[in-house]
Amino acid sequence: MAHFERDPHTGHMTTGHEWNGITELNTPVPKVIWLFLACTVIFSVGYWILMPTWPIGRTYTKGLLGDDVRHDLTQSVKQAALDRSEWSARIEKESFADIQKDPRLMEPVRETGRALFGDNCAACHGRNALGTKGFPNLTTNSWLWGGTPEAIFQTITVGINSAHPETRTSQMPAFGKDGMLPRADIDKVIAFVRSLSPPNAQDTKKDIDPAKVAAGKELFAANCASCHGEDAKGNTEMGAPNLTDQFWIYGGDQASIAETLWGGRQGHMPTWESRLSALDRKILALYLVDLRKPEK
Amino acid sequence: MFGFHYRLERKTIGLVLGIIGVASIGGLVEIAPLFTIHQTVEDAPDMRVYTPLELAGRNIYIREGCYACHSQMIRTLRDEVERYGPYSLAVESKYDHPMLWGSKRTGPDLARLGEKYSDDWHVAHMINPRAVVPESVMPSYAFLQRTELRTDDLSDHLKAQRKVGVPYTDDMIANAAADAYGQAAPDSPAADGVTKRYGKATTVRAFDGKPTDLTEMDALVAYLQILGRLTDAAHKPVATAEKKP
Repeated sequence: MAHFERDPHTGHMTTGHEWNGITELNTPVPKVIWLFLACTVIFSVGYWILMPTWPIGRTYTKGLLGDDVRHDLTQSVKQAALDRSEWSARIEKESFADIQKDPRLMEPVRETGRALFGDNCAACHGRNALGTKGFPNLTTNSWLWGGTPEAIFQTITVGINSAHPETRTSQMPAFGKDGMLPRADIDKVIAFVRSLSPPNAQDTKKDIDPAKVAAGKELFAANCASCHGEDAKGNTEMGAPNLTDQFWIYGGDQASIAETLWGGRQGHMPTWESRLSALDRKILALYLVDLRKPEK
Repeated sequence: MFGFHYRLERKTIGLVLGIIGVASIGGLVEIAPLFTIHQTVEDAPDMRVYTPLELAGRNIYIREGCYACHSQMIRTLRDEVERYGPYSLAVESKYDHPMLWGSKRTGPDLARLGEKYSDDWHVAHMINPRAVVPESVMPSYAFLQRTELRTDDLSDHLKAQRKVGVPYTDDMIANAAADAYGQAAPDSPAADGVTKRYGKATTVRAFDGKPTDLTEMDALVAYLQILGRLTDAAHKPVATAEKKP
C-alpha cells in the first residue's frame, strides 16, 4: 500500500515504499543538472542548424556556416603557397646558379629544405644526411651520379633503380656468386681496392700484401675499370662510385668489399616525381649542395 | 513531462515500447546512411585487390599489433597533407577487412608509405629500427626474416575476404599459395601467374633480398610497399562525391 508523506527533515516526498518503518525519499535531480542538460540540448540544436550534420539520402544538411574541411584544407594549402610565392616563384624560374648567389633565396631554401629532408629523406640518409650502411652520406663531395644541383635534382626526380620509366640504372655485378671471377682473384682485387683509399693508401704495408695489390691491379683493369674507370675514380655517368676516397656506401673493410664483390650490389632510391613538386625537389637539390659547403 | 515519465515507468509494456522507440533512434542514425553508401563513397574503378602475399603481410601487421602505434589515415589537416601526402579517402579502405585506420600515432602514419622507401630500408628497419632511425622506439622484428611464411591457409583467407565483398576470382583463390611465392621470386615461373592474375602494375620483387625463401619479412614488406597504392583516387584533383551535380 503506497503511503506518500512529506519527510519532515528534508522537506521532500517519500516514494511510498516502507520497510520495517524505513521509508525511501524521492529526492528530485538537482536543478543545476537539468540546467546543464538543457544547455547541451540547446547547443546541439544550434549546431544542427549551423554545421553539416544530418544525412539525407545522397547528401546531408550543409548548415548555415557551410563548413567543409576539404574546402578549408584546399584553401589553407593555397594560402600557404601564396604566402611563400614571393620567393618560391623565383626559385621555380631562376637557374640553380642564380639562386645560389642570392642569399635572400638561400635562406628559405635552408629552412624549407630541412623540413622537406626530414619528412622524406631522413629515414634512409639520416637526419643530418650522414647516411648509414647502404644509404649514401650526402654531405661529402663523393656523389654517385654527380653532385651538381642539376644532377641531384634529376636523381631525386627519377630515382635509382626505381619504378620511374627514366630511372637511373646501375648494378654492381656479382663477380663471385655468378662465377665471373674465381675466389683467389677476388681476394687480389680486394687487396688492390683497399690499397687505393685512405687510410690504407698512405700505409699500404700494414696488412695488405703488395704482391696481391699488383696482381689485383691487372684484374681491376680487365674487370672493373669499364665502370669505375682506369684510375678507379668512378663514373657519374654510370653511377659507379669513386673507390679512391674514404667514403664507402657498403663499407671499405676487407669483409664488406668481399661481400660486395661476391654478391654484387644494387642500391635503390625511390622516385620522388609523383610525391614532391618540382619546386620541392629543386629546394632539396639546393639544400643538399648547400649542406656540404661550410657556412661563410 | 515528468508526470508522463512517472506514469510510463509504472507500466511494463509501455516502458518496453518506450525503450525500443528511443534506442532505435540511435540505430537509425547509424544505419540509415549506409543504405546510400554506394553514392556517398567516391568511385575508384582502378582499385585493385591485395595479392595473397600482401594480404599475408597485412595479417602479420595485425598479428604484431602495428596498428597500435601506426595509423593509416591522413586527416584533412594542412600539416598532415604536407607531411604525408593527399588525405585518405573512404574508397581506399574498400578492401580493408577490418580497416586499419588506427587511432594513435606513436610512429608516423603509414597510409602513403608504399614505395616511399626502398625494400632494403624496410628490411634494415625491421631488423633493427635504431640502425636507420636512431631516435626510434619501435621494437625489433628481426624474427620475421627467419620465419617462413605460412601459405597453406592463404586460399582460405582469400575466400573469407570474398565473403565480405572483395572481388577475388576462383582462379586467384586456387593459386593463392603459388602467387604468394611468385611475387617474392621475380625470376621463378610462378611470377608470371601473379602479373596475369593481379595486373602488370603488381610489384614482383625479392622483397627481403632473398628470392629463394619466402619469409614473413617478404609478406610484410610487400604489404608496406602497397600502402596507398591500390588506387590513384586520392591523387586526383579533389572532386568530392558530395558536390552538387
